[in-house]
Amino acid sequence: VSFPTFADFLAMGGHGLYVWTSYALGVAAIVASVVGPARARRRFFVVEGERQKRDLAGQRSSDASRSS
Amino acid sequence: VSDVRTWWHRLGSPRWFYGVSRAFAPWLTGLGVAAIAVAFVWGLAFAPPDYQQGNSFRIMYLHVPAAILAQNCYILMGVAGVVLLVWRMKLADMVIVAAAPWGCMITALALATGAIWGKPTWGTWWVWDARTTSVLVQFFLYAAIIALREAIGREETAGRACAVLAIVGAVNIPIIKYSVDWWLTLHQPATFKLTAAPSMPPEMYLPLAVSALGFYLLFGGVLLARTANVILERERRTQWVQDLVRETRA
Repeated sequence: VSFPTFADFLAMGGHGLYVWTSYALGVAAIVASVVGPARARRRFFVVEGERQKRDLAGQRSSDASRSS
Repeated sequence: VSDVRTWWHRLGSPRWFYGVSRAFAPWLTGLGVAAIAVAFVWGLAFAPPDYQQGNSFRIMYLHVPAAILAQNCYILMGVAGVVLLVWRMKLADMVIVAAAPWGCMITALALATGAIWGKPTWGTWWVWDARTTSVLVQFFLYAAIIALREAIGREETAGRACAVLAIVGAVNIPIIKYSVDWWLTLHQPATFKLTAAPSMPPEMYLPLAVSALGFYLLFGGVLLARTANVILERERRTQWVQDLVRETRA
């Protein structure tokens, strides 16, 4: 390890604010790029699943009205 | 030759590509994130400080890979643009749609971390030198491709317009790459060259290499996952997608 104490690690020799702001942005970007597509995928299946259910219900009710 | 042709045809099949994407995306993403995590801890805590810049140079382990991928993502869109225009492969258009937002984000990250690194190192957040300006142009090219897609209603026309912009914009790539050699820039020249030994000690450049590898893997995984989503959207009316939806519903 190139820092004697944890406080030194956080301080980064006075450049802590620059280093940690950069890495906060970096981690946020990485998380967003992993979570984003996964959420979009889930949303797609929820929306399409609902649509299928509606279509199915619609078919059933039209079948029912036809038979009555 | 016939093997290559079948492979090329299969690559053009969104359904086949969807299956491949779903199989590889989690592995690439997982390995990428793991490599990046190792590289960040290594670079932040274990690499020795730079004798000129002190500890601010540690931003390099994020900034350089982000900048590399910002360029390579654009090159990939340019190649996809050629494939779309020459072979009319729909998948190529889907790859451009999937790649542009990520490329835009990673270019923004490269610019932001560059600015933050510039403040303690150059004494300013921003300079209009050739390197920074050409990367800013690239950011706007990404944004233009995204906006063009939104603006044109007809999918085929939008796809072709974006492909042309991706190809034309690729002119900027060599300008970015060689800007630090052609002009006197405040930005330092390339850290690594294929033709010369690295100017840094291994304990400094190894974390950078691991980080770059991690970003390549992450890019691969994210691009596949995003392309798979575009395929689902575009093919939502097809039988195989509706069957998939039915399976997940059950």
